[in-house]
Amino acid sequence: MNAPIRYSFGADEHLFAEVSDSMSLEAFFKGMAVTRAVERLQLDGVLDVCLANASFQIRFDPDRIAPQALLEAVQGAEAEAVAERSLHTRIIEIPVLYNDPWTHETLMRFRDRHQDPDATDLEYAARINGLADVEAFIAAHSGAPWFVSMVGFVAGLPFMFQMVERERQLQVPKYLRPRTDTPKLTLGHGGCFGCIYSVRGAGGYQMFGVTPAPIYDPQQQLDYLKEHMVFFRPGDIVQFKPIDRDAYDQAVDEVESGRFTLRIRSVEFSLDAFLADPVGYPQSLQEALA
Amino acid sequence: MIKVLKPGLATSVQDLGREGYYHLGIPPSGALDQYALRAANQLVGNPAGAAGLECTLVGPELEFQADALVAVCGAQMPVRLDGVEQYPDTAFKVRAGQVLRFDFPRAGARAYLAVAGGIDVPQVLGSRSTYGLGALGGWQGRKLVAGDLLPVGVASGKSRAGASLPMALRQSLGGEVLLRVVPGLYYDRLTATAARDFFSDAWTVGSEADRIGYRFKGGSALSFQPREQPFGAGSDPSNIVDSCYPIGSIQVPAGLEPIILHRDAVSGGGYAMIGTVISADLDLIGQMQPNQQARFVEVTLEQALEARRSYKKRLAFVQRLFT
Repeated sequence: MNAPIRYSFGADEHLFAEVSDSMSLEAFFKGMAVTRAVERLQLDGVLDVCLANASFQIRFDPDRIAPQALLEAVQGAEAEAVAERSLHTRIIEIPVLYNDPWTHETLMRFRDRHQDPDATDLEYAARINGLADVEAFIAAHSGAPWFVSMVGFVAGLPFMFQMVERERQLQVPKYLRPRTDTPKLTLGHGGCFGCIYSVRGAGGYQMFGVTPAPIYDPQQQLDYLKEHMVFFRPGDIVQFKPIDRDAYDQAVDEVESGRFTLRIRSVEFSLDAFLADPVGYPQSLQEALA
Repeated sequence: MIKVLKPGLATSVQDLGREGYYHLGIPPSGALDQYALRAANQLVGNPAGAAGLECTLVGPELEFQADALVAVCGAQMPVRLDGVEQYPDTAFKVRAGQVLRFDFPRAGARAYLAVAGGIDVPQVLGSRSTYGLGALGGWQGRKLVAGDLLPVGVASGKSRAGASLPMALRQSLGGEVLLRVVPGLYYDRLTATAARDFFSDAWTVGSEADRIGYRFKGGSALSFQPREQPFGAGSDPSNIVDSCYPIGSIQVPAGLEPIILHRDAVSGGGYAMIGTVISADLDLIGQMQPNQQARFVEVTLEQALEARRSYKKRLAFVQRLFT
């Protein structure tokens, strides 16, 4: 992870930076450290600092900052940034109705675009990850927390990376051809990343369930969306909690009446503690939600 | 107020866009042809950043409920006021009760209608632009539908009917379009043949062409060098670990058809980008019709900056008119 960052200009308004071509929490932490250092510089002409899983991008106005000057400033920030090994963040419990009727209806509509037209997305994901059945897959999916390593694609959509050893990472390919429809608040998975589709729309990730919890709302109607219409930030930790249909329906009622809220707790995340004990340490984070 | 009698194909409220939220997945949005919106605003005495209507391919039918000064720039979509054709790129007076319609475009894809005072919808995250995927901004976060009643702001009185864009400052649209591209990002992952084909082939705009992105077809398939895919990158050689997408960046899912992202872009994803269209040429993409032809021209970053200076100089001429 000590290899220098690869920089490339996206024409005259973007500086693209690849920390690593493969995904790891260490690459994410390095990208986070450098982007925070760049933000602290408060450079005139920098419009947006966008952190991604193992890369980042700076959108800038070249009339106010010359591309070369920006590159030098970012490389300076890279040289000085000490990749923080710990993070003061929050853990959020997200209720999930796995194997729900809406994603099931949608995945059946797009079976011709799938690798395995005779199985559901969950059955396929369980099989290719060497898990006994759908229940075992759901247990693995909700058994360890996830790190939000990027927010984007569409407004407020979190990309998440599960806190398990690389051998236990759940991996599934994307659909052969993207769907033109995905129910809103679908739990998706593509490559090694999980996501929650913040809005209804096109998508290529496998679909496992839905959450009743809105995570993006321009009307900002729920308490946890008052501060910003986009709920997630990179660095957030998510713990999925399987719920049944009754609990889902009740949560939807609460959302509609504006009473729904999320369980959110502050935690300190230590990268070194995780790397030293990738099974035990995430469990200690889960305890914050108890 | 302006009453929408017919909405047209995809008419939305747009200004120059919002900056600073792309890191949360909220793209800049705003007029795809920024020059045309600025010119139309100038003709009616608005500040450059006033909101207007972006009218795509099939324009709307609008009933004005109060007198107004209006101008239309961008695509050559002749404008009729109670059936009488109006001069393009020229401000004209509309009386309360009159109905404005558009003919089909002769060239270009998007006409920009500015009304003195601007379309007065609330600002959301610093802009009146519509971001449809996120149901954000504009008029109720969406394209216009019949029956919508659009509020109009207070006119500055700085312009008058007959104010007209000088010929030298009008856009020439249609025909083959040259789009200048700075190669980069994951360009080196293309095979040498694909890199050459990308710049030598003629491409045509496919049917999937909207504010999010433009898909091109008709050129050679563009293969990526085979490799053992890095962890998390996905199985196809065109895949990368999901990362941010520049506005104007070009991706080639599965090596088949290039897609250029525009101002309503998805902010990131897992397809390798092979370069980026320069900022000075983004307006041209928004004016391309399906089946129109384009070629990609390789330029350096320095050439992109030089082109940007010329573009800004032209804009400065527009901004000085009638003042």
